[in-house]
Amino acid sequence: MERLRILAVGVGGQGILLFSRVLGEVALSSGTPIAMSEVHGMAQRGGVVETNIVLGGVRSPLISEGEVDILVGLEPAETLRALPRTRKDTVIVSSTDPVIPQIVKDGLATYPDLTEPLQKLQEAYPRVYLFPGEEIAREAGTARALNIVTLGALAGTGLLPFSKEDFLEAIKKIVKPKFLEANLKAFEAGFSVTAS
Amino acid sequence: MHPILSAKPQEKLLLLGNEAIVRGALEGGLRIGAAYPGTPSSEIGNLLFQLQRELPGLYFEFSTNEKVAMEVAAAAAASGLRSLTCMKHVGLNVAADALMTLAYIGVKGGMVVVTADDPSCHSSQNEQDNRYYARLSGLPMLEPANPQEAREMTAYAFELSERLELPVLLRTTTRVSHARAVVEMGELASYEEALKGKFEKDPKRWVPVPAIARVRHQVLLEKMREATVLADGSQWNRTYGKGSKGIIVSGVAVNYVLDAVEELGLEDEVAVLALGFTHPYPAGLLADFLREKEAVLVVEELEPYLEEAARVVAQERGLKVPIFGKATGHFSRALEFTPGLVKEAIARAFGLSYTPPEAPDLSWVPELPPRPPTLCPGCPHRETYRVVKEVLEELGELSRTIFPTDIGCYTLGLLPPIQMADYLICMGSSVGSAGGFSKATDQRIVSFIGDSTFFHAGLSPLASAVYNRHRFTLVIMDNETTAMTGHQPVPSQELRPPELEDRPRIDIEAVVKALGVPKVVTINPYKKEEAKAAIRPLLEADELSVIIAKAPCILYRARVAKK
Repeated sequence: MERLRILAVGVGGQGILLFSRVLGEVALSSGTPIAMSEVHGMAQRGGVVETNIVLGGVRSPLISEGEVDILVGLEPAETLRALPRTRKDTVIVSSTDPVIPQIVKDGLATYPDLTEPLQKLQEAYPRVYLFPGEEIAREAGTARALNIVTLGALAGTGLLPFSKEDFLEAIKKIVKPKFLEANLKAFEAGFSVTAS
Repeated sequence: MHPILSAKPQEKLLLLGNEAIVRGALEGGLRIGAAYPGTPSSEIGNLLFQLQRELPGLYFEFSTNEKVAMEVAAAAAASGLRSLTCMKHVGLNVAADALMTLAYIGVKGGMVVVTADDPSCHSSQNEQDNRYYARLSGLPMLEPANPQEAREMTAYAFELSERLELPVLLRTTTRVSHARAVVEMGELASYEEALKGKFEKDPKRWVPVPAIARVRHQVLLEKMREATVLADGSQWNRTYGKGSKGIIVSGVAVNYVLDAVEELGLEDEVAVLALGFTHPYPAGLLADFLREKEAVLVVEELEPYLEEAARVVAQERGLKVPIFGKATGHFSRALEFTPGLVKEAIARAFGLSYTPPEAPDLSWVPELPPRPPTLCPGCPHRETYRVVKEVLEELGELSRTIFPTDIGCYTLGLLPPIQMADYLICMGSSVGSAGGFSKATDQRIVSFIGDSTFFHAGLSPLASAVYNRHRFTLVIMDNETTAMTGHQPVPSQELRPPELEDRPRIDIEAVVKALGVPKVVTINPYKKEEAKAAIRPLLEADELSVIIAKAPCILYRARVAKK
C-alpha cells in the first residue's frame, strides 16, 4: 500500500490511546505494516497529547513538519495548534467541541472564539471534515466515545485501506462489553459524517 | 491469560517497545526482576509486576529505589538466575554506584539493565545520554531501534551477559520505549515452577577489596576485548544499501535514516551502517566501513558517542575520510531528532538538493491557550499547597519562604496559581537542599516531597538534617501511591489492591519520629481549618519539623475501588 502518515491530536483524558489502539488493531489484523509513537507520563495530565501513526512500511514512528497526510483532531484548538506540521494538501478530520484548559478556567489565559478560524480552515485546505464529536458521541450513548466517533469519521473518508467491517471487528475485540454498544453506535455516527 | 503470555511463536502483536522488552525477557528466561518506576521505562515494571501472578517461575518487585533494584537483580544473577532491572536514564545515576563495581565482580546468570533515556526531556529533568555509562563502566550495550528489535535484543542480552559474565545495558529512548509496532513473537521460557539459584562463595571474586578489585579490573578489560570481537561480528550491526557515501547510525534514528535514504532515492549512493551493539563499539566493522567511503555522516541523538568512536578508528588506521556529525554542525547535541531534520542533514552532508514540503500560510490561526500539564481537579496536592500557603500568608512569611520541591505530580506546584516550587535537582533533593538553604540563608524553608520519593531518597537526608540541626519544614505529601508513573505501590500505603493486602506496612509518621524529628503532625488536607491550626506552630517555629499531608490520589482511589 501507499505510505500514509496520520497525526492524531487531542487533550489528555479524551481517549487518544484507545483511538490509536483500535486503528493499530485494524492494521495488524489486515497485515498492514504500522508503527506509532505515543505520549505517556506527565504530559497526559490534562496536557496536549498526540499519537503519530504511520502505515505502509514507513519505519519512523514520528512525523515531521510537512509530512502529515491526515491530521485528526479530537479537539479544535489542538487541531489548529498542529497545523504547522501539515502541508497544503493535508486532509483534516476534526471534532469542533472545545475542551477548555484549566489555565483558562483559572483566568490565566483565554480560549478564543473558533467560529471564524474553523471557517478559514475549510478555505485553507482542500479536504476538511468538521463535526461536533462530543455531541454525536452523546447521542450515541456517551460523550466519552468522542474518540470512536472521530475514528469513525476518519474511516468514513475512505482514505485508509481498511473496510468499515475491519474497524467494527477491531472495536468488538478491544472495547469492554459494557461500553461496546455505545461505541459501535458512535463509530457508525462518525462514519456517516464523512462517508459520502 | 495476558495476551503477551498467550501469544504463540511467530504470532504478531502490536506492542509498545517496553512491552516488547518484557516479552523478550520472558523468552530469555528472566527469573528475578526489580525496578523503581520512571517514565519512559515504567511500563516494563508494571507489566512484570502484573504478569508474575500468572507465572510461578517469575519474581518481580518494586524496590524503593534504582540502586536497591540493581542490587537485588545483581544478587539474583550472582546466584545463577537470569535477572533484569529497568529504570529511566536518571535512575541509573542513583544505581551507578552499584553498576560501576558490579562491572568488576560480574554475574553468573544473565543480567539485563534497561536504561530508558529521554531526549527532549518529555518527562524528565535532563536529557543525559546513558551510552556514556557503558563507556564509564566498561559494560556491553545494545540499542534497539524499534519494538521488534527490543524483543529480540532483550532475549539475546541474557546470552551475551552469561557469555561475558557481565551485566548488559539495554539502552532505549522515549521513541523506542513508547513506539508501538508489530512484533513477531519468539518462544517463551517455561515458568511453571519457581526456580531457586545457588550462590557459590568465592570471596576472591565477589568481595572487591582493593587487592581483588585490581585483579577484577584486569578481568573486565579482558572481557571488553572479547566483547569488541563480538560487536564486530554481531547480527545487530548491519549494513544497508551501497555507495561511496556512508551513514553510521544507532537507536531510533536508524528508522529516520532508512526512510530518508529511500525517500531521497539514495539506495545506490549511500550505504548505511546501522549499529545495535554499540559498546564496545565495533572497531573493525567501523574501519572497514570508513575505508571504502568518500564521506561519512554519523546520525545519533544526544552525545557524539559513535562519531567520536569513528574518529578514533579513522585516526588509528590513518584514514582520511571526512566524518560529519555534531563536531561539524550537522546535528545538535540537544533534543531528539525528527525524520525531517535527519533528511535535511543527509542532503546537506552529501551536497544534495532537498526542499522540505512547503508550509501553508497560517497567519490566520489565533493565539491558542497553552495546556501545561496540571494537577487533576480534586487532587489532594492542591489542597495541601493551599493550606500551607494560607498559613504562611497569615504569618506574613510567604514572600520570604523558599520552597524546595521534588520529583512527582506535585512538581506541578511550580505553575500558577500555586507557584510553590523554587528549587529542584533530583529525587530527594527537597530534603538535602532544604538543609543547605537553612545553613546558607535566614529565609524560611518549606519543602515538598511525595511518599514514594521519600522512601526512594528522602530518608537519609532527613537523618542528616536531624543530626546537623537543619532548620526547615518538610511536607510529605502522602497520596498512598507512586502516582505520576502509574500508581505503583509504596511501603506506607494503607489503601492497597487485594493482591498486596498481606504486605507489611511502614508508617511514615513512625519512621519520621524514630529518626528524631522534633515536631511531626499528620493532617488531612481536605479538612482545611483543622489542618491550618495543626501546622501553624510548625511554620512559625525555627526548627526542623515534618508535616504529613495524608489523602489518597483520587485516580488511585478510584482504581483500587474498581478491583
